[in-house]
Amino acid sequence: MLRYIVRRLLQLVPTLFGLSILLFAWLHSLPGGPEAAMLDVRATDAKRAEVRAALGLDEPLIVQYGRFMKRLVRFDLGDSFTTGTPVMEEFGRRFPATVELTVVAMIIAICAGIPLGYLAARRHGRIFDGLTVTGSLLGICIPIFFLGFILKAIFAVKLGWFPSLGRQDVDVNATRVTEFYVLDGILTQEWDASLNALWHLILPAIALASIPFAIIVRMTRASVLEVLGEDYVRTAEAKGLRENTVRGRHVLRNAMLPVVTSIGLLTGGLLSGAVLTETVFVFGGIGSFLATAISNRDYPVLMGFIMIIAVIYVLINLAVDLSYSVLDPRVRVR
Amino acid sequence: MALLEVEDLAVTFQRKGTAPVHAVDGVSFTVAEGQVVGLVGESGCGKSVTSLALMGLLAKRGVKVGGKALFDGNDLLTMPGSTLRDMRGSEMAMIFQDPLSSLNPVIPIGLQVTEVLKRHRGMKGEPAEKEAADLLDRVGIPDPRRRLKEYPHQLSGGMRQRALIAMAVACRPRLLIADEPTTALDVTIQAQILELLKELVAQQGTALIMITHDLGVVAGLCDEINVMYAGRVVEGAARRPLFASPTHPYSVGLLGSIPRLDAPRGEKLKPIPGSVRDNIAWADGCAFAPRCAHRTDECLDGPPALVQTYTGHAYRCVNPVTGDEVEAVTAAATLPAPSIVDATTDSDGEA
Ligand SMILES: Nc1ncnc2c1ncn2[C@@H]1O[C@H](COP(=O)(O)OP(=O)(O)OP(=O)(O)O)[C@@H](O)[C@H]1O
Ligand SMILES: [Mg+2]
Repeated sequence: MLRYIVRRLLQLVPTLFGLSILLFAWLHSLPGGPEAAMLDVRATDAKRAEVRAALGLDEPLIVQYGRFMKRLVRFDLGDSFTTGTPVMEEFGRRFPATVELTVVAMIIAICAGIPLGYLAARRHGRIFDGLTVTGSLLGICIPIFFLGFILKAIFAVKLGWFPSLGRQDVDVNATRVTEFYVLDGILTQEWDASLNALWHLILPAIALASIPFAIIVRMTRASVLEVLGEDYVRTAEAKGLRENTVRGRHVLRNAMLPVVTSIGLLTGGLLSGAVLTETVFVFGGIGSFLATAISNRDYPVLMGFIMIIAVIYVLINLAVDLSYSVLDPRVRVR
Repeated sequence: MALLEVEDLAVTFQRKGTAPVHAVDGVSFTVAEGQVVGLVGESGCGKSVTSLALMGLLAKRGVKVGGKALFDGNDLLTMPGSTLRDMRGSEMAMIFQDPLSSLNPVIPIGLQVTEVLKRHRGMKGEPAEKEAADLLDRVGIPDPRRRLKEYPHQLSGGMRQRALIAMAVACRPRLLIADEPTTALDVTIQAQILELLKELVAQQGTALIMITHDLGVVAGLCDEINVMYAGRVVEGAARRPLFASPTHPYSVGLLGSIPRLDAPRGEKLKPIPGSVRDNIAWADGCAFAPRCAHRTDECLDGPPALVQTYTGHAYRCVNPVTGDEVEAVTAAATLPAPSIVDATTDSDGEA
């Protein structure tokens, strides 16, 4: 088990190396550069060259890449072109917001998706099933961006039930402990601060949850339908077990196996979905920061954030594979 | 009174937009307390559907069940679902054909045994564990304590079927239904499993319905034998009379198609000609008529009635085979070239 984990982590090294080269090449091939965002459109070419030189962008790419790698082995990702703050620090400050958003979105997607998918399977071929299948298709089709705007327009702007932007109202006095606002409120027992932060999370989380929700519904439904026809479910019924035992222990437990894998993949995908959601709801996470970094061509931020996200993605999937081997005894990690 | 009296059991599968399938079409037989009854017939004749109907395990939708199945005088087919659920696993139990797919792959064997003990005997914790180990021991699984912690994929095929048998007999049921329990196993294991079943039912006084398409299995095990064809019992008799003087041409054919050690070397097996696809509907006459070497025009005058002889032999045939004819009929049956492999060696592939 331990050897398996170590091996998977070692595999990360070449992956990251390849990713860094691709990323680097891609970023520097984009038209325009950071100086365009920093300077007025009327700035002279000489002025532009001066700024590029100050950022070290006048050197050959290979030298720039070498410098990046040299810093990277010391876990230093350089400073942001726009804010001048170390990229690590920027990430550390913003990541908790995105984690909160992703976790709440995933909780919504799982808590709504699994029961709905299960019920649809039990009512296979009836109206409820049809509605669920169609509805989930809609969830996959609607762009997050669009859904975010609609939710905001209706529930925040028109009805005023939810705040339309930010992570917490400014007039709430909240003590910062971890940068996870909901968690901070719980730790300091400032319940209203915690609730307020949660309140701000609801709409963006729903928008973000739409795709994983729809996928989880469909996977659960398909998986339950398959398991319901399995011989061992018939055996469980033949034993006269209570319906709840048959459902929980024999049907759901087995039906969850493929769903768990997909949850891991979806969680990684949410980090990219967060870019759009956070922009709509002006949510101070890595998503909105990344979006600005792209238009500013803030190379260190883009390189750093994307590499860190890649590491996190791999770690999440490692965790999923490990949990899978606990859930399914036939799969033993070696 | 018999333990189980099945009367005119009929199961029809009805899907929207398709013709109804009469999988079981008027099956009657009885099982006395402690008796071993065989249900024999070729693939697709409705053996499994019959047993699932008795256990109440058929899907609720798209299935119509008719007739009666009196267990201890109470009709299994009409009793409330919760009562039947209480009876399943305690009063009546079932084991299935494919032991690997019939066990939950992600749950240890132990829990799959103790869940029955807990459900029907209220046993929990260490006493339940101990009882489960005893059960595994009784069905011949060595080192039961260790096996309890293992998962189905860690056991051999024979061991899995033993474990399933342990679960089925955990509450000393009065009726055990075994649906081709040995077809998925290799021959030496088959014999061991049959021996085990025979011993267990004898010890516990459990009645057994043995479903098989293998007359060899029936011969060594059953007191009573019911031969099914196309959803009906076409002949029912005690073992001896059935093997000594089969009356229905289909039974005669089945007997003629099993290999015998005492047959002269080089003698060919005599498969039943044709296949189930040649059947006609019972309403139009005897379903077996198109494949029957013994048929006359009478056979096509509606469904043949069940004839009861004073010796307890029952058959559904207007032209029964008499003793000295048996040889002749089995010989005649070989005349047309068989298009399909014979009934007894036919597809277990569906496992
Ligand atoms: N769910 C179902 N829907 C429609 N038809 C069915 C269904 N289940 C069984 N049947 C049909 O009922 C008939 C009897 O099937 P059954 O499984 O009882 O055969 P069997 O005698 O057990 O055969 P085998 O020896 O292959 O197990 C078959 O013709 C089959 O096609
Ligand atoms: Mg069958």
